[in-house]
Amino acid sequence: MLNAYTVNTLRFNPELCNNCVMCTTVCPHAVFLRMNGAVRLEYPERCMECGACQVNCPTGAISVDSGVGCATAMMITALKGQKEVSCG
Amino acid sequence: MPSQTTDTPAPNIPTISAHITLANRWDHLKKRLGFGRNKSHIEPGLYAIGDPGPKSPVFASANYSLSFDALRSALKRVDGYILVLDTKGINVWCAAGKGTFGTDELVQRIEATSLADVVVHRKLIVPQLGAPGTAAHEVKKRSGFIVQYGPVRARDLPAYLKTGEATDEMRRVRFTLKDRLVLFPVEVIHMLIPTAVIALLFYLIGGLPAALGAAVAITLGAVLFPILFPWIPTANFSTKGFILGGLAAVPFIVIRFTGGTDTELWQRSIWGLTHLLLIPSITAFLALNFTGSTTFTSRSGVRKEIFTFFPVMAWMFGSGVVISIVMTIMRFIRV
Repeated sequence: MLNAYTVNTLRFNPELCNNCVMCTTVCPHAVFLRMNGAVRLEYPERCMECGACQVNCPTGAISVDSGVGCATAMMITALKGQKEVSCG
Repeated sequence: MPSQTTDTPAPNIPTISAHITLANRWDHLKKRLGFGRNKSHIEPGLYAIGDPGPKSPVFASANYSLSFDALRSALKRVDGYILVLDTKGINVWCAAGKGTFGTDELVQRIEATSLADVVVHRKLIVPQLGAPGTAAHEVKKRSGFIVQYGPVRARDLPAYLKTGEATDEMRRVRFTLKDRLVLFPVEVIHMLIPTAVIALLFYLIGGLPAALGAAVAITLGAVLFPILFPWIPTANFSTKGFILGGLAAVPFIVIRFTGGTDTELWQRSIWGLTHLLLIPSITAFLALNFTGSTTFTSRSGVRKEIFTFFPVMAWMFGSGVVISIVMTIMRFIRV
């Protein structure tokens, strides 16, 4: 495995997009771009699965299995037998 | 309660200052060092800054003092209101991830403070990093207030307020050397006691070189890795940690080979092997655990790293410890 961070759970359905561009506003890594009057999923590999785009998409065009990208939290959660990963 | 509360320009709305006092700076320093992070939360509610009127902007914030102080200090020449949400003393981004900085709390706080009676407009400037917990369209539906996402960093607010728009750069999260250096003091303080305890344990199973090796591995993984990692080759945190730990193991291996001339070559070789197993595995484990402090690692990626590299780390560490114990026992019984 050369890079664990190239694949993630972010999915974008352009047919459902109403071009409100909220995803381009809230994404902290510029994963989405406004191009020629439409939103494009341009850099999916940059996604950190924070979920901001999905939460703020009014048409359900975006889905992502959001969560905390923290090894410590994930390992502690697994050891405790919990399901919800939280960093504090 | 905020330390800068003074008079009230309107009934029940305390006024806060944009000035950061020496006491505030002392509070920031303590928090940066990891002390009192769960103390001195800002009381949730509505605050006035400057001399606001019914048309003044409203900014949302968390009730973590560093978040709140970053916001108010960025509003030095602004008349407005700050709506502090109850995020249980956690910063905006982390609280948004947990949902405490989110739609429900925002709507509830708008109602609890009667914000609609304080201002005539229906706009609320929310920090962009609050977006993972805030559904702007839901807030509008439930409260009538339109969420406008401000820039990532509070210090960009004056520029944002001039144009009403954040530039692309204002919307990007970075993780610069300065950002990483801020983590340095707290990492040092958090690792002091664990390092001493682990070094002592390693002293018992492998002598002074093992204790020093453990201390170096922990220092590298927990303290220096956060600063150095962008310059270490490979994309995964675990492999970066293996590389850093592998390099650190080299001098220990050389010392084992050249220092213990009273022991057989095979014994010196095995002691050298223990360093090669232990130091990289410890450094890699700590490097993997740094993922939670970064601003860009995804859950999918971290999960992949754990499943791929954690078994390797565990195997290397376990083998190193077992071999060290066996070698120490053999030394005592003079094999």
